[in-house]
Amino acid sequence: MDIRRRRILQLLGLSAAALTVKPVYDALAADPAAGRPRVGPGREQLKAKQWAMVIDTRRFASEADVEPLIEACHRIHNVPHFELKRWEIKWIWATEYKHAFSGTSSDRFLADAVEKRPFLVLCNQCENPPCVRACPTKATFKREDGIVMMDFHRCIGCRFCMAACPFGARSFNYTDPRPYLKHTNKLFPTRMKGVVEKCSFCAERLAEGKRPACVEAAGGKIAFGDLYDPASEAHQWVRKNYTLRRKVNLGTEPAVYYIV
Amino acid sequence: MLEFAVKGSKRYYGWMIFLLGLVGVGFLVYLRQLDVGLGITGMNRDVSWGFYIANFTFLVGVAAGGVMVVLPYYLHDYKAYGKVTILGEFLAIAAVVMCITFILVDLGQPMRVLNVLLYPTPNSVLFWDTIVLNGYLLLNLIIGWNVLEAERNGVHYQGWLKPLIYLSIPWAISIHTVTAYLYCGLPGRGFWLTAILAPRFLSSAFASGPALLILLCLIIRRVSNFDPGWKQIQSLAVTVAYAICVNVFFFLCEVFVAFYSQIPEHMDHIKYLFVGLHGHGAYVPWMWAAMALMVLGIILLVNPVTRKTEGTLIVGCLAVFFGCWIDKGLGMISGGFVPNPLHEVNEYIPTLLEGLITIGVYGLGFFVLTVLYKIAIGVKEEVRA
Repeated sequence: MDIRRRRILQLLGLSAAALTVKPVYDALAADPAAGRPRVGPGREQLKAKQWAMVIDTRRFASEADVEPLIEACHRIHNVPHFELKRWEIKWIWATEYKHAFSGTSSDRFLADAVEKRPFLVLCNQCENPPCVRACPTKATFKREDGIVMMDFHRCIGCRFCMAACPFGARSFNYTDPRPYLKHTNKLFPTRMKGVVEKCSFCAERLAEGKRPACVEAAGGKIAFGDLYDPASEAHQWVRKNYTLRRKVNLGTEPAVYYIV
Repeated sequence: MLEFAVKGSKRYYGWMIFLLGLVGVGFLVYLRQLDVGLGITGMNRDVSWGFYIANFTFLVGVAAGGVMVVLPYYLHDYKAYGKVTILGEFLAIAAVVMCITFILVDLGQPMRVLNVLLYPTPNSVLFWDTIVLNGYLLLNLIIGWNVLEAERNGVHYQGWLKPLIYLSIPWAISIHTVTAYLYCGLPGRGFWLTAILAPRFLSSAFASGPALLILLCLIIRRVSNFDPGWKQIQSLAVTVAYAICVNVFFFLCEVFVAFYSQIPEHMDHIKYLFVGLHGHGAYVPWMWAAMALMVLGIILLVNPVTRKTEGTLIVGCLAVFFGCWIDKGLGMISGGFVPNPLHEVNEYIPTLLEGLITIGVYGLGFFVLTVLYKIAIGVKEEVRA
C-alpha cells in the first residue's frame, strides 16, 4: 500500500514538473527583443562628430535681441518661471562680458560696445565634460555626436554635476516645476522635483532634422553644425573669425564659440 | 550584548527619549522636504550644496578621527589605549551613520539612491565615497563588536580579525581622502582646487574626532563606573594639540598661496569668507570665530599646564571641536560656491527647516552612539566586577 501511494505521489510530482517546465523555459529563454518596437535613430536624425555653436555677439546689441531666443528655448522645453530667485531654473540666459568670461579674459578697459553687449550663455556641451566625470549614475552622459545629455529618470539629485560644471550651466528642481508652467509643450517631458536639468542643444529637434530652437530664433546670428566637418557653417565661422570660448584654461573644451 | 542597551537608569531613558524626540521632529520636517522638495532649504542654483553636505563632510572627519586610538593600540602596541579603542570604533560607527543619513536627506530623489549600485560608475568620486563609507561602517561594526564580545568572554579576539583591524587603519584615512577628492578634483572651483585639501581634511579630522572622544570620555567618567583613564585622555589631548596646529598651518599655507600669487580665483573665496565680497559677508563673523576658537584650542592644549587641568582641557576640546565645525562645516562648502562660476555673489543662508532636519540627524547619531557606548560600558563594568 505504502509503495503504491509513494508511486502516485512521484507521478503527480513529475507531471506537475512537466507541465510547468515548458512555460518557465519559454519565459526565460524568450528573445526579449522579439515583438517589441525597435529603438534607434530616425531617418531625419542630423548627425555630427561634435555639435558646436558659434554666436556672433556683434549682432546682439541689446536685451531685445536675445529675449526671443531665451523665450523660444524655455517655452518648448517647459522651463518654469519662479518668483523665488533661489529656485531659478535657466537653460540659456544673457549676461555681461565680464561674467561670461570671468577669470580668463581681461575685463578692464573693454571696448564700450562689448562691455554693454548681452552675451548668451548656455551649456557648452564640452568635449571633455567634468559633469559627466562626476555623475555617479551615468544620468548625465556624452553622446556620440558630442551632446552632453541628461536622463531625468535616472538622476538621483546629488548635484555633483552642478559642483563640477565650471560654467554654472546646470539647474536643479528645488520643487515640482509643473505648477509654475504657464503652458506645457506636450512634445517635451516636464521634469519632477529633485532632478538636475540643462540645455541639450535641442537633441529632440536634431532627431527630427531640425536645428536648435535658439539657433532658429536667432535668424542667422548663430551658426550651428559639426565642428569637425569643414563644410559645416559652424566650422567655417570659426575658421573665418577670431573666436573666444569660456574658460579654455580648464581643459573642458567648450563647444560654444563667441565672435567678439 | 544588546541587553545592556535596554537596561538603564531613568536618566538614561530620559536622554534616549529626548534624542528620539529630536529624530521625530527631524523626520516630520523631512516628510515636508520629501513633499515640497529641497526648496525648503536655503540652497539655490549657485550654492547647490549646503548644510547637509557640510555636516556630512565634517562627520566623515569625526569618523576618521577614531583611528587615532586604533592605530597606536594595534600598530604600536600602545597598551593604555586598550581601554578606549572600542570608544573610538563605536564613535566612528555613529559618525558614519550620520554621514550616510546626511547624504540621503540631501538627495533630490532619495528613492533612486540604489542607482549608484545599479549603474556603478568608477569615474565618479561619489561612487567610491559610497564604497569607502559603507565599508568603514562594516569594518568597525565587525571589529568593534567581536573584540568587545571576546573581552566579555575573557578570551583573546579571533585571529581572523587581525587583518581586518590592519585594513581599517588605511581605510580610515581613505574615507576622508575620498571625501576631499569630491571637492578638490573639480575644475573651476578655485577654493577647493588644491592638493592640500585632503591633508587639511585629515588634520582637522584628527583634531576634532579625538577632541570629541576626550569630551565623551570625561562624560563617561562622571556617569558610569567605567573610567577610560586620565593617562589615555592626556595622550589623546596631545594628538589633538598636534593635529590642530597642523590644521591651522595648512590653512595658512592656503592663504599664502592664494594671496602671494594674487590669483583672483583663489583669493576671492577666502576674501568672501573673511572680509566679505561685493558687500556680501554673512560668514565673516563665523570664520573669525572659527579662527579664534582654533587659536584658543592651540593655546590651551599645547600648554602642558592647561592641558593637564580638566577644566581648561574641556574648554580647549570644545574650542577645537566647534572651531573645526565652523571652518569645515560652515565655511568650506559655501565658501567654495561663492562667488559662482560667473563671478556673481549669491549667498547661502540655511533655513530653520533644514536646521531641524540636521538636528534630527545628529539626534539619530547620538542615539546610536549612546546605545553603543552603553553596551561597551556595560561590558567593561561587568568584566571589572
